[in-house]
Amino acid sequence: MNRYPLWKYLLIATVVALGFTYAAANLYAPDPAIQISGQSSAMVMDDTVLENALSKLSESNIAYFGETLTERNILIRLEEAGQQLAAKRIIQEALGLDYVVALNLAETTPEGLASMGAKPMKLGLDLSGGVHFLMQVDSSSVILKDIETQLDVLKKALREAKIRYKTAGLAEDRLELGFVKEEQLDQALTVVRRDFRDLSPLSSERDGLYLLTLTLSESALDEKVEYAVSQNLTTLRNRVNELGVSEPIVQRQGRDRIVVELPGVQDTAEAKRIIGKTANLEFRLEAQPGKVTGREKFKFRDEKSREREAWLEKSVVITGDQVTNASVGYDETGTPQVNISLDGGGGRAMHHATRNNIKRRLGVLFIESKARLEIQINEAGEKESVAVPYVEKSIISLATIQSALGVQFRITGLDDPEEASELALLLRAGALAAPMHFVEERTIGPSLGAENIEVGINSVQIGMLVVLLFMLVYYKVFGIFANLALVVNLVLLVAVMSLLGATLTLPGIAGIVLTVGMAVDANVLIFSRIREELANGETIQGAINSGYERAFVSIVDANLTTLIVAVILYAIGSGPVQGFAVTLSIGILTSMFTAIMGTRALANLVYGGRNVNKLWI
Amino acid sequence: MTTQRIYNFMGQRKLAAMASALLIVISVGSLASKGLVLGLDFTGGTLIEVGFERPVEINPIRSRLADSQFNDPVIVHFGNETDLLIKLQGEPAADLGDRVLASLRSSGEAVELRRIEFVGPQIGEELRDDGGLGMLAALAVVMLYVAIRFQYKFSIGAVTALIHDVVIVLGFFSVLNIEFDLTVLAAVLAVVGYSLNDTIVVSDRIRENFRVLRVADSVAVVNESLSQTLSRTVITSLTTLLVLLALLFFGGELIHNFAIALIVGVIVGTYSSIYIAANMLLALGISREDLMPTEKEGAAFDDGMP
Repeated sequence: MNRYPLWKYLLIATVVALGFTYAAANLYAPDPAIQISGQSSAMVMDDTVLENALSKLSESNIAYFGETLTERNILIRLEEAGQQLAAKRIIQEALGLDYVVALNLAETTPEGLASMGAKPMKLGLDLSGGVHFLMQVDSSSVILKDIETQLDVLKKALREAKIRYKTAGLAEDRLELGFVKEEQLDQALTVVRRDFRDLSPLSSERDGLYLLTLTLSESALDEKVEYAVSQNLTTLRNRVNELGVSEPIVQRQGRDRIVVELPGVQDTAEAKRIIGKTANLEFRLEAQPGKVTGREKFKFRDEKSREREAWLEKSVVITGDQVTNASVGYDETGTPQVNISLDGGGGRAMHHATRNNIKRRLGVLFIESKARLEIQINEAGEKESVAVPYVEKSIISLATIQSALGVQFRITGLDDPEEASELALLLRAGALAAPMHFVEERTIGPSLGAENIEVGINSVQIGMLVVLLFMLVYYKVFGIFANLALVVNLVLLVAVMSLLGATLTLPGIAGIVLTVGMAVDANVLIFSRIREELANGETIQGAINSGYERAFVSIVDANLTTLIVAVILYAIGSGPVQGFAVTLSIGILTSMFTAIMGTRALANLVYGGRNVNKLWI
Repeated sequence: MTTQRIYNFMGQRKLAAMASALLIVISVGSLASKGLVLGLDFTGGTLIEVGFERPVEINPIRSRLADSQFNDPVIVHFGNETDLLIKLQGEPAADLGDRVLASLRSSGEAVELRRIEFVGPQIGEELRDDGGLGMLAALAVVMLYVAIRFQYKFSIGAVTALIHDVVIVLGFFSVLNIEFDLTVLAAVLAVVGYSLNDTIVVSDRIRENFRVLRVADSVAVVNESLSQTLSRTVITSLTTLLVLLALLFFGGELIHNFAIALIVGVIVGTYSSIYIAANMLLALGISREDLMPTEKEGAAFDDGMP
């Protein structure tokens, strides 16, 4: 009685070994580091850049080690985290603005562990310090803009089909067309059903007019918002990359919100400016040769044609906020092209400007507000780097006008699909698909983060110690079993969290502490049951066996219900609550394994199949 | 080794019911009249935590901020004498933190910005709704699970106990004016989980004893079950309370209220699994017949529903 088959022992041993291995990655704290890369992907890092950076660090007495050089990146590890900001400034100064110098945390996981996919847990902002933004995408303005465009396109389509309408206008988020005759309404309906699948039509009659009311269909509505949010996500990612932060998070949350988390960033104002800025576009005609006034010279944005320049007229045909969409398409021969949609006003202006200028070229200017770091002397006489904003304008497309353009037109003559998608991206980036505003903002200072880690670790250690002592005193030998299980449980919990790539937060640590307290419950249930069975006169082996068996159902029931609550917590909660729910859920699962199988294995190893006279429980 | 002592828990059931009713009335009364002190997460607004090198007094700071055009800041010490928590209304400008710091530093003291939090009003409202909804969802799912797994009378007992616990924890926060934020909400939901855990273990034993013991007296069965699980109930609550005390004293200010909510919840939850859940079973007239037709564990599906 009370013997486990060999495979069960092996299974437990394997799980425990894996647990220790994956948890071990957390013992290797990452080194503070500086990462250097080029502004453009074409720039190659080399020894001269590295030497330059290192010599400047040595001059300023900043201790570094383990520098690595790859084609795209240079990583320099620092001895002290406190010198990271100073090091960044010094290197940026030395290398100039063609290089992105970013703070980084370099992993120190030994190669053996890393090759198995073991990584330390990520730290949440409350532990690492940094900025968290939650932005709301204004979806109602997206819908309004779209419906305006649709109205113009629809009016044009009706005119082309020679269907006369009496009135056409917007009422909140609906389009309303009025017809004098019923057959005109029917004809219009046919057009709408054929070419405007996004709109759901509704016909009615009022004051002798036949009315056609059109609303965006539910699916079209979702699609527009979806598009706007994903577009804004892309734009935000590009902007965040500009900040030079290691491991930023730019993520969608819910239907129309975007979370941005920037670990280590302290300058909220700067971060907000870059994230909130709008790149813009201007469509301008190419200046006519011979004309000298009213023209400006611009460079091309493209790397390959960086040296090319062109003269554009000073007057702007339309701007980027009138672009509602830009996507890559292919013509009949499979050549890539970019399809552009404008809003109503944009379409009119474009038509007006192009109808008499066929065969001239139309240029698209990409306008970015950027910041350049300049070294200034502040009031205290210290050198500090200051971000000076400036505007950069460059040409992203210059194409010949083939015919009068309207709300929808396309740019052809592109070399390859990559070029087309790059152009479409830039066109869209100019037109942030929808305005956004900040609805939540949290900044956690680095000292508070470090303090939170300290109190977190302290409370886990103290809580753990108290429970271990208590169990040892109360349950003696079985207390040792339970304590071993508890320690392994903690290790497994950490291992699973590291494997899942879960983020550790302060409430998450609280969840771990709570798990430690509650994890012994299963063992308490089992051990009380064994004591009871002994009191009822069972044999020792019999008592152990029925203790485990009878307590099993209670344990499963109790843990399963708690797990249900944890899952609900996760589903409804945001940031901090989710962190807590994740550790609690994982803790419940790992504790069931260690408390039931783990301690049973130990009990079986020690007592199983032996002649035992007294049970120390 | 002695044989199990049987305590007459249910002898005090009327008294316990009255005590619980009194606590509930106080809690509901307080919640209805003055409500909860909601944290930033739920109300929206701006909060700034700053650290000074030396202990600071609040009044001079308030007047200094008022001089710098910050309207009606709420200022309190946070955790210790050197840390301040400043709450401002409305949306922060990009450089709000810098401006507040500049104002605080104007007297030449070294001040460190520890954190800034801004929560928009609509977010606060959503969190409130989601929190309430989550609580209801948790209760509903638990009720269903217990009804299927045990029997509907157990399910009513368990859910009554949970509502009892949640109301009293909320009442505790309301009466003592302790701030209720997102982490406290998480703690309250964890209390639901914990209390349920306790109730299930007790219910499990009651069900088992109804089947095993050949006595018809429900009160005797419940008393015996409670006595048998008593040591487990006490020890688990004790270890949980021990770690929670560690959190309370060593876990820092940010999870202070979280720990308080759980400590109150664990105490009330332990009590309620005895005097509310079991009491309710007796009040509903639980008897052997309710549980007899099934012979196997976990096969209570047939008689689970009324």
